Amino acid sequence: MTIQFNDESFRGEYTFTNSDHAIKRFPFPFHEDSYMYAVNMEQHQGGPEGSIYEKRFDVDEHYVSEMYDRKLVLTEDPLRCQSLPHMVMAGWDLLELIMVSKAEDYPDLFELHRDGANWRWVNKPLSIDQSFVFLDETTLPYGPMEYITRQTQGDFCILDQRNDNLWMDAGMVTTQADWSLDFDIGMNFFEWHAPVPKAHEMGIFIRALKFLLSIQQGTPARRLNWTMTVNPLLDTSPENYHKWGVQKRTLTPENIGQKQYLRVELQTFFRLPRSNALVFPIRCYLINLEDLVSVPKWARRLHRVIRDLPIELATYKGFIDNRPMILDYLAPFDDGQPTSDGVWPD
Amino acid sequence: MVGFKFPESIKSRPVYGTLSVKSGVDHLMIADGEGAEAIIRLAKLNKNFIEKSHIIYIPKHTKSIFVDQLKELMPGQLYLGPSYPASVSRIRQALNNAKMGLQVYLAGTEGLIGQAQNECMSSGVPHTAIQTEHCGSVARRMQCVHCKGITEDVIMDPFICIHCGLNLFIRDHYSRRLAAFQGVCIDAEDPGNVPDAVELYK
Repeated sequence: MTIQFNDESFRGEYTFTNSDHAIKRFPFPFHEDSYMYAVNMEQHQGGPEGSIYEKRFDVDEHYVSEMYDRKLVLTEDPLRCQSLPHMVMAGWDLLELIMVSKAEDYPDLFELHRDGANWRWVNKPLSIDQSFVFLDETTLPYGPMEYITRQTQGDFCILDQRNDNLWMDAGMVTTQADWSLDFDIGMNFFEWHAPVPKAHEMGIFIRALKFLLSIQQGTPARRLNWTMTVNPLLDTSPENYHKWGVQKRTLTPENIGQKQYLRVELQTFFRLPRSNALVFPIRCYLINLEDLVSVPKWARRLHRVIRDLPIELATYKGFIDNRPMILDYLAPFDDGQPTSDGVWPD
Repeated sequence: MVGFKFPESIKSRPVYGTLSVKSGVDHLMIADGEGAEAIIRLAKLNKNFIEKSHIIYIPKHTKSIFVDQLKELMPGQLYLGPSYPASVSRIRQALNNAKMGLQVYLAGTEGLIGQAQNECMSSGVPHTAIQTEHCGSVARRMQCVHCKGITEDVIMDPFICIHCGLNLFIRDHYSRRLAAFQGVCIDAEDPGNVPDAVELYK
């Protein structure tokens, strides 16, 4: 196989690491030295070779361990995966999209053999060889959405489209930045974004919804979002906040380089053919400060972005208390030199 | 009667109106506590619809204060329930037997309005077609995001989840499906550091 999969954990001992290759391809989210909300959509039609944008569903060195972490979350809390009754067809649409994409984009890792409705799916990294009948739920061990998203990195929201709005009617959400699928399922686009400060007043959600409603089959879109997380913890759910919240207080000037992570979400949007639903994968990438500052441009820029971020945003993103310590760590890497445009390293 | 004016809030928070009579073949009115006042006001404005009305009323702390006035309206059907859970099967039956053209009116606390609205939605009545009017207590129905347990009639913030015992603060984020606001652990990052509870909107 072309990818060496890490054996690592996102909890407990936190043995998660990024290889040099993973650091180099990290989706650094800031194209300039400051940050404010923006719709910031672009077409998701590939990207530079080896980058996380190249394939429709990026598979990286963390794949196998991330899928194991998802299994642990679901065993403890099955409500992280829910689908309202009218969303089954959208689940099949998603299963088809992912299987076809992965088999085409990673032929050495995944195979899809189709003979009419009789399908055979081979997932080599997870040692799965499943024959089933497309659109027949009884031939799979889980519903179609759950089946395929147990084998695909990132959270998945499936949005039904009606009344000129999008409705969060199904999802697999185990690596979320502090929002609850169980609470938000059934809400429309404005309702589930209600707790986000400032962006409503700025008209961000009205513009974003307009864009999303008109996404067509075959023309997916993407954007980045970001936050900060202490420890490489994927499951920063509100459900478990009373368990992980205390970890935010474990930072010291000595350990912050290893323990403070920049958490970047690659959000993509695909129209689904039969259901006309929109699938919204939210893929999480983690990098600690120590690895991030190995790229001088990123170190300079992150320092400036964190320093100048409005208080409301630092509060909402949950790192207001740790901001001074983060800045103390980053400041020595910012020599005041200008940075080049765009996200890529110089 | 002047209702409580909720401060401006985030977009998932429900907004209530003032009940008005709409034409319809049947009228289902569900109310608790001071919600009776909204029904009585409506009936005085328009006597013709009241004989086609089914009133499901849960007096709660108001006990018998409004009961005689409701009886004097001579509604088609009047049910007095001891609690919302005790009334649910009646509400479901009324909705199951409903015909096209039913009008729904909900009045009272946020907990009553939210739960009754949820029953209506489950029966296929879109939430946008249901009239609501808030009356009486501003207490909230809360879901603990951690254990998923519901605590009814929460008036102090923060409060203790009656199921798991965590100290929860009250968010304005509201789920129609759960008919509840979201409660989140307030001392997760600094266990034991819980501010004094303050009454909502005070």
